[in-house]
Amino acid sequence: MTAPIDVTAWIGAYPFRDTPHPDPDILVRVLDREGFGGAWVGHLPGAFHRDPVPSNRALYAALKPHRSVLHPAPIVRPDWPGWELQLRQAQDEGAPAVRIYPAQWGLSGPHPALAELVDACGSQGIVIHVTLRFEDLRQRHPLDGAGDVSAATLRAMLRRSPSNHDGKTSSAVIVVAGAGRELLEETHWGLTPVEQSRVFYDFHWLWGPPEDHFAHLVRTIGASRLAMSSWWPLRLSQQSRALIDLLPDDLRESVQTTDFADGLSITRAADKCALLGSINGT
Amino acid sequence: MSPSSPPLGGPEPLIDVHAHFHTPFTNRADWTRYNESRLNAGKRIGVRTHVASILGSWGHTSPTYFASPDDQTRANDWMLAFAHENGLTVRAYVAVNPNFTAHALTEIERGMAAGAIGIKLAASRRADDALIDDIAAAAAQYGVPILQHVWQHRRRDWPNQDASDGLDLARIAARHPRATFLLAHIGGGGDWAHTFPAVREFPNIVMDLSGSGIDRGMLDEALKGVGAERLLWAADLTLCTGLTKLRALEHTGASPQEIAAMRWGNAVRIFPAGAFGNLQTGDMKAGDRLAEGRE
Repeated sequence: MTAPIDVTAWIGAYPFRDTPHPDPDILVRVLDREGFGGAWVGHLPGAFHRDPVPSNRALYAALKPHRSVLHPAPIVRPDWPGWELQLRQAQDEGAPAVRIYPAQWGLSGPHPALAELVDACGSQGIVIHVTLRFEDLRQRHPLDGAGDVSAATLRAMLRRSPSNHDGKTSSAVIVVAGAGRELLEETHWGLTPVEQSRVFYDFHWLWGPPEDHFAHLVRTIGASRLAMSSWWPLRLSQQSRALIDLLPDDLRESVQTTDFADGLSITRAADKCALLGSINGT
Repeated sequence: MSPSSPPLGGPEPLIDVHAHFHTPFTNRADWTRYNESRLNAGKRIGVRTHVASILGSWGHTSPTYFASPDDQTRANDWMLAFAHENGLTVRAYVAVNPNFTAHALTEIERGMAAGAIGIKLAASRRADDALIDDIAAAAAQYGVPILQHVWQHRRRDWPNQDASDGLDLARIAARHPRATFLLAHIGGGGDWAHTFPAVREFPNIVMDLSGSGIDRGMLDEALKGVGAERLLWAADLTLCTGLTKLRALEHTGASPQEIAAMRWGNAVRIFPAGAFGNLQTGDMKAGDRLAEGRE
């Protein structure tokens, strides 16, 4: 069995509290210990910077010795001059995904910059990874006033499709990280089946028993839409496995760990979307 | 799970000191499913005993954190009966609303007579309020801990509760050194980093690890801040994060003895003798007497 690729990890410090040794060599050891075959890795400090370019530079340099395991997921900020160059560089570096932080940038659903990014990533088969939140609302630093990304923003991005913008590009595959049951359902059931097929939900923040939100979503939207992650260095990396281990008996008999999404299966989905887009566009 | 499957949380004893159940007296239609899910998941993890409470009607006929006396009596009745039916698998706290002092003290007396092993205080009044003094005195008299709902670093009022934080709890702990206060869910919301220094100097405050929060660094700082002998494993509303924390404890640098203390040894120490059947800190393996030895 191929070990899953973690879709949500970072290196670097978090501005509002200490995160112990957030270094790439430690991440490599943690992934191996927890049974991950690799990770999509972002640069955590850059999420809170205005200009993402130095952050991306630092990310590529830090991951260079570990590129067989740690796959860069650089920031592309579509309202920042030169973002197309950052996207091209991400592609040149073999990035499977780019990270976006709409709440920290003050961007919401209808913003044209987000639509442009969706189009560009869709045509190139690059996944867009959206971090909804970094911490529980109740513990945030007084200076951390960005709020969470809304389901409306996600729906607006996911509703962007070839049929409603000239048919020249494909729509991007999007990974949503940090969703609870309510936001996830508000997003998913507000989409057409085609739009639903382009979104995956990192399930690290969902609740297991006794509320059993995770089991409910495995039953209703399916394991293949729910992606495994570590959330290192912010959260304990054991959570994805714990949620799967605690599924009710009937689900554990019918659903295997390999049925859940991971970085590899999501990359394949993005490639497929891009291929379909290029066929539609010709 | 096959009968021979090893517990997901490991073979050593495990006590969840912060559990809840639901009743037919709420507006939650799936209350039996909820309770069964808790017991089933607990069995898979290896929970030997759930020490549980019920907060009134959970908001149905009076607010969760301001339960009416009638609602709280009915909830305690249900909780005590459920504990009785489930033997050592479920033990009960008696939950009280200190705004009704006479009722609270009567409930405590009645609960202790019916087998409760602790007192649950939620957020009907700040922990350092004078109305808590009689309840703290009763806890000391009966030799049972008070599980106090805590908002880690309360910077403002939050809706529907008079939440307390570590500093509030420290003040009542100073007034009642013979009572043991179990500070609830360091992962249950708010800034846990504030809590450890707030209570460090009060040895009669211990704390549970429960809550949906699984921040990296939280367990490490708790161990550095107050030591393993003052930490008790628990799950509260999310057994998944409880399992995650159990697995993470192995990577904190805590010794096997310290982990045993957090899993069950400290619970045996702070709850009344016999609360967990014949499980005694004396049962800990040779050299594992951390909880007992540091008492």
